[in-house]
Amino acid sequence: METIAFKKIYTKITKITKATCSLQATGVGYDEMAEVNGRLAQVVKINGDNVTLQIFSGTEGIPTNAEVTFLGRPPMLKVSDDLAGRFFNAYGQPIDGGPAVEGEEREIGGPSVNPVRRIQPSLLIPTGIAGIDLNNTLVTGQKIPFFADPDQPFNQVMAMVALRAKADKIILGGMGLTNDDYLYYKNVFDNAGALDRIISFVNTTENPPVERLLVPDMALTAAEYFAFDKKETVLVLLTDMTLYADALSIVSNRMDQIPSKDSMPGSLYSDLAKIYEKAVQFPDGGSITIIAVTTLSGGDITHAIPDNTGYITEGQLFLRRDTDIGKVIIDPFRSLSRLKQLVIGKQTRADHPQVMNAAVRLYADAANAKTKLENGFDLTAYDERTMKFAREYSQNLLAIDVNIDTTGMLDKAWGLFAKHFSKAEVGIKQEFVDMYWPENA
Amino acid sequence: MMENKNRTKGVVSGIIANLVMVEVSGPVSQNEICYIELSGESLMAEVIKVIGKVAYVQVFESTRGLKVGNTVEFMGHMLEATLGPGILSRNYDGLQHDLDKMDGVFLKRGEYTQAIDPNAKWDFKPLAKVGDAVSAGSWLGSVKENWIDHKIMVPFKFEGSYKVKWLAEAGNYMASETMAVLEDENGKELPVTMIQHFPVKLAIKAYTEKPRPYRLMETGIRIIDTLNPIVEGGTGFIPGPFGSGKTVLQHALSRQAEADLIIVAACGERANEVVEIFYEFPHLDDPRTGRKLIERTTIIANTSNMPVAAREASVYTAMTIGEYYRSMGLKVLLLADSTSRWAQALREMSNRMEELPGPDAFPMDLPAIISNFYARAGYVRLNNGSTGSITFIGTVSPAGGNLKEPVTESTKKAARCFYALSQQRADSKRYPAVDPIDSYSKYLEYSEFQEYLSEHISVDWIDKVELARNLLLRGKEANEQINILGDDGVPIDYHLRYWRSEVIDFVILQQDAFDKVDSSTPLERQQYMLNLVLNICDTSLDFDSFEEVNPYFKRIINLLKQMNYSDFKSEQFNNFENELMATLNERKAA
Repeated sequence: METIAFKKIYTKITKITKATCSLQATGVGYDEMAEVNGRLAQVVKINGDNVTLQIFSGTEGIPTNAEVTFLGRPPMLKVSDDLAGRFFNAYGQPIDGGPAVEGEEREIGGPSVNPVRRIQPSLLIPTGIAGIDLNNTLVTGQKIPFFADPDQPFNQVMAMVALRAKADKIILGGMGLTNDDYLYYKNVFDNAGALDRIISFVNTTENPPVERLLVPDMALTAAEYFAFDKKETVLVLLTDMTLYADALSIVSNRMDQIPSKDSMPGSLYSDLAKIYEKAVQFPDGGSITIIAVTTLSGGDITHAIPDNTGYITEGQLFLRRDTDIGKVIIDPFRSLSRLKQLVIGKQTRADHPQVMNAAVRLYADAANAKTKLENGFDLTAYDERTMKFAREYSQNLLAIDVNIDTTGMLDKAWGLFAKHFSKAEVGIKQEFVDMYWPENA
Repeated sequence: MMENKNRTKGVVSGIIANLVMVEVSGPVSQNEICYIELSGESLMAEVIKVIGKVAYVQVFESTRGLKVGNTVEFMGHMLEATLGPGILSRNYDGLQHDLDKMDGVFLKRGEYTQAIDPNAKWDFKPLAKVGDAVSAGSWLGSVKENWIDHKIMVPFKFEGSYKVKWLAEAGNYMASETMAVLEDENGKELPVTMIQHFPVKLAIKAYTEKPRPYRLMETGIRIIDTLNPIVEGGTGFIPGPFGSGKTVLQHALSRQAEADLIIVAACGERANEVVEIFYEFPHLDDPRTGRKLIERTTIIANTSNMPVAAREASVYTAMTIGEYYRSMGLKVLLLADSTSRWAQALREMSNRMEELPGPDAFPMDLPAIISNFYARAGYVRLNNGSTGSITFIGTVSPAGGNLKEPVTESTKKAARCFYALSQQRADSKRYPAVDPIDSYSKYLEYSEFQEYLSEHISVDWIDKVELARNLLLRGKEANEQINILGDDGVPIDYHLRYWRSEVIDFVILQQDAFDKVDSSTPLERQQYMLNLVLNICDTSLDFDSFEEVNPYFKRIINLLKQMNYSDFKSEQFNNFENELMATLNERKAA
């Protein structure tokens, strides 16, 4: 977009709503940034001379004679290695008291990667958590959210995964993050000595909600710089995408759009996909992996936000408190990593896929047995054994505080199989049974 | 862009996201293509509404930076597919631009590449003769495209009848060379090259009739071929909540289905899923031809982060390419993943145009649009008597997994096969998670198809399939009773009934899409296994208590599964079968 030598100042606003204002102006580009009495705004509609601006921080106190200048450019972020270790707000301005970052200015929300230039994700991300590594293995270039109720420890698990994942850069996009959680992340990363690998774009609950809309694009523009230009492995953490979607619905509502399911805008799928699809494995080694949080209300995954997310992301991880062992586990039934097939049994031991499926199936049998018990029926010997197995499986493998490598997890699973079941009950391919069944268990 | 005096010009007068209002200075038509100039780039757009002098166009690109006053040029034609040799093995975007020919890692706005290389050379063999009377779709000659005899046809846009005035001799020609000259009824001569264009939103109707389809299309997937078969020229759809395995099932279809060529329209879905095809298909063998799968595959990739408006176009582009190959007498399989994303693209546009919304804010004519689209598939008899088919299978991603939503309901009215993916089956890892009770194939009711099955498989095949279906239903009922009354509250017979249905479930319905042997089951093997399983279900067994039933059937199922993992009739397979028979004899009632 061409730069403008001098800026024309408009002072006649014709319409003000809660989030937008309109004025007569010419030569304005779509998506262009503007300032309205110093507040940042963006062009969302042009009809002849009539231009509608969305003011990110709200229109409270905006007068009809406010000074409006157009900046002649879409939202930008200056990118360079100096971003590392810094904290920014949703506009990419430092909030850590440090100096502004110098570097090349890039448009945020830029173009997508040509699908034929993508590389198939193929590098396993080890986390040490069996609920992830064994049952829902993560791969670089993947996008996956935690579906969690607000009271679940998703921030802790996410921070743990981020630190164990050994990424070159971790980029935190915080949307509507409480100040306490923001400080939690800062402390955890600081204590791990990882602060120089972290870049944060944070919109806290104290900031105006519409500003959040810029956070994912800011975070991902920085991510593309490190992953594409610098060929680094980048992990992007986005929390909480539900609050991002809520901000989308506020804007679409103010723009008089017809809402679709759950009062969300009809474009929710495309809006979310644009963000998540930035996860990519580049041909020259760099990668962007996105781990997000989508908070649920009462565990309802049929709500438009988790529902659309599930169709976009490559799986989802559910946290659940297992009351039998009193620990938080990664729910083996509802969690899924779609890309695990690319690495399990290939970068891990060949028996991995079958062991994983057999264990989950037996765990499901245990759940049925438990239902039977709750309904007051007698249990068969098999039922009893599955329930014993389930408890140990949960305790020794699924709990999020377990930290072992994948081979260790597989051996542990075989041990549990042999302890509680016959070979036929486990139903794994004979060649693996011959190889791994511990005879003297 | 080439200057053309006759073309209608216009200027941009308003912008709301990718809906742009253009003030025009001449005639425009609905669905006409135009290009908007924006600092050296030209953005492709399509007219979707006209009011007075204002044309509303949907832009197939981001409109960032677009200004009032930017100039627009209308092209005088609708969105067209480019048809000719060289489409196979290509990766296109939704507007049929060749993705491999684009520069750089990132897509650039306004970078449009040619669908077909006009300079590529092909070995031409004439099929018609000078003096032949021909019409749209008549075969003039053929070239070898990969292993397919690609017919060079009279362009579909040609109306009426023509005479072949001149035809090129056999030899090596560029795609853009004139291969024939046709003379119309008024003596006007028209040159024909290997390349032609046709509007994607119009159906190619160069055939004499569209009879009811009757030939089984083998997919190697047992729950489809055995229980809910689809036919050549049939339509089907796969609705399912996320995580229920829609894409894995579609990929299995694209790998294994017995079609001459496969067109995959990745419509608003994940880019990594398309990458999987890019990566695997060049290495996987097509068992029927011994060639690589990629040689019979064309991919239309409009992933979810690519422009929304092009998503709508992508399914039409794919269908038009399918119709082109069908006119050559080929069996085409068209897969679209997912038609819900297409419907959502329609919804976004309808919303921006401030149309009154239908259910769930979808446009009111959604059911009509969907059924028109499905109607373009089918089995046809061409003008020269040979036949061709497009089998279409679309996936649907129902919001919240609830099948009572507009896209699923509209599709259900249009498609003849219904493969309902069930969350419950997916949760218990019973893949493919096609619900055996809810799913159906209407083709089983076609008398033509019934005859075909009794001739090609066995006379009692349909009865056996029905029997298997009944056993599944009875097993489900028995299981419900057991859950209500408790294991010891029901007769042993209920447990037997339940476990017989489990045998069918584990051995016939469930299939390991990632196992080399089990992933694809030829029909002969499917028949063998169904007979074996029904035989087991028919054997009366003796048990003293219900507690013996579960472990016994687990052994039976385990042996049958090991058979599924073994090469058909291999030593290993036979050993497992012998062991199975011995196990069966243990309990056989006298």
